Amino acid sequence: MPSEDVRLDHRIITGIVEPGSKILDLGCGNGDLMYLLAREKNARVQGIELDEAAIYECVKKGLSVIHGDIEEGLKEYPDASFDDVILNQSIQQVRKVDEVFEQALRIGRRIIVGFPNFAHLGARSMLFFRGTSPVTESLPYRWNDTPNVRFLSVTDFKQFCTEHALRILESHYLGGTKEVRFWPNLLAKDALFVLTKL
Amino acid sequence: MTKKGHPIGVVETQYLTFAEGTDPLRLESGQTLGPVRLAYETYGHLNEDRSNAILVLHALSADAHAAGHHKGSRDPGWWDALIGPGKAFDTDLYFIICSNVIGGCKGSTGPSSLNLKTGKPYGLAFPIITIGDMVEAQRRLIDFLGIDHLLCVVGGSMGGMQALQWSASYPGRVRSVIPIATALKNSPQQIAFNEVVRQSIMADPTWREGNYYDYGQPEKGLAIARMLGHITFMSDQSMEEKFSRRLKNGNYSFKFGADFEVESYLRYRGDNFVKRFDANSYLYVTKALDYFDVSNGRLIGANGCERIRFLVISFKSDWLYPPYQSQEIVKELKRKACDVTYCEIASTYGHDAFLLEVKEQTNLIRPFLDKTFHGYEVAEYAI
Repeated sequence: MPSEDVRLDHRIITGIVEPGSKILDLGCGNGDLMYLLAREKNARVQGIELDEAAIYECVKKGLSVIHGDIEEGLKEYPDASFDDVILNQSIQQVRKVDEVFEQALRIGRRIIVGFPNFAHLGARSMLFFRGTSPVTESLPYRWNDTPNVRFLSVTDFKQFCTEHALRILESHYLGGTKEVRFWPNLLAKDALFVLTKL
Repeated sequence: MTKKGHPIGVVETQYLTFAEGTDPLRLESGQTLGPVRLAYETYGHLNEDRSNAILVLHALSADAHAAGHHKGSRDPGWWDALIGPGKAFDTDLYFIICSNVIGGCKGSTGPSSLNLKTGKPYGLAFPIITIGDMVEAQRRLIDFLGIDHLLCVVGGSMGGMQALQWSASYPGRVRSVIPIATALKNSPQQIAFNEVVRQSIMADPTWREGNYYDYGQPEKGLAIARMLGHITFMSDQSMEEKFSRRLKNGNYSFKFGADFEVESYLRYRGDNFVKRFDANSYLYVTKALDYFDVSNGRLIGANGCERIRFLVISFKSDWLYPPYQSQEIVKELKRKACDVTYCEIASTYGHDAFLLEVKEQTNLIRPFLDKTFHGYEVAEYAI
């Protein structure tokens, strides 16, 4: 398994991915996760990323990445082109959420979704005690400069899965450095789900 | 020949003649051409297992002289900034071949070449050439050089079309393709520009239906054609930065002379072009651009692209071959689930950017080639 200095969410995703899988990472950023999956799981990885600077970072790591918007960039892929489609820390920045999920489930056998939990204790207390929009470790932006357009909790997402007929194959709730076992909607800073169509 | 670590230095254009006698080149139009001469240059060394060869393909009016300089000249090749030791196409690692195109006038067979049947230059008797025909001629060159598989085919603009054509015609012989600032097919707007270019040449009475070789080039028509070209190669912003509304002599002349710097620039470019490019070749090569079309599944055949990697590059301010056309290439590759990298470089140089954006292109091309050549190191226990 990857070493301890690798981000917890990346370690968990590496555990989820089967060796030799075909992976599409939506909003792959600088490609750290794809690189890990390519090296540790011999995965065939492809990324989509909007930020030009991040494209150079990915290419420098030898990764294949498409400069573009994930909301527009999925239609052309044939059905079941990938084993896993990853949406790690990108879904909160997506406007057409339903459409992206629909496409991701069409082109991938499973989807792996990771997002910051808006109902985490820290976020709740900032809202409740200070009366300000939460600025926390997993939601690090002020209201005026955040790239996030969606604010969701663990409970919100589970409801979404029920409504959209998505089966949750695995769920992981992340504290800072390790997984949390109890009251995830209150104690998890981030959540990770593995989903498939019902 | 290039020594390791040393600049490319002096290079010489080489020529391959083929399709002589009973083995002419069969063209897409149904006509044949022979004998055919193809100009090319090489830089770096072919390795023992012949796996490090890269074919560089040029745009409309360029030539086989992509890097280094010719004896007695200080002018570097047209892509010297990207080809050489330590550069994007590293001549210490790779064997670079730059091939000219048939139909042109830079040492390869074209309308200004001697027609053996008549003893005169072909003129319009020269058959219409397609991008596919250009690639067919290059395939013969690659065969002659003893190379089964090209590590990469790469080019900008028309060079990008040739690169795409290579993957369409010979998918089994290329390991990677880098199409830059190009398209699956010319749009009506691009065809329209090319038609104005051709009409400008053909409207010049000194063009003489293409039979001007005894008299000299149709200079006016060819110069105007090239002026139009240069407008489309730049962007609004790059023209603003380069010329703004600056005047050549500080005042309006209240005559039709070249008042503005941009006017004298275009005139200079036009006049210069007449000295270095054949008017008929300009007709043939622009026609080849217009006929090119690998859309609708023609880019990747039924066998898919299991073994080919693509790096598609476009430039934000390129309005001649706009990023949406590169995105069309990417979409086509997605449909076939090909391994593709795409970057739209935020350049202000317009279409010319593929010649000018050295750092960004190097940052993409170098690691892409390295990965294609070496692959990944994979953790052992994972296999």
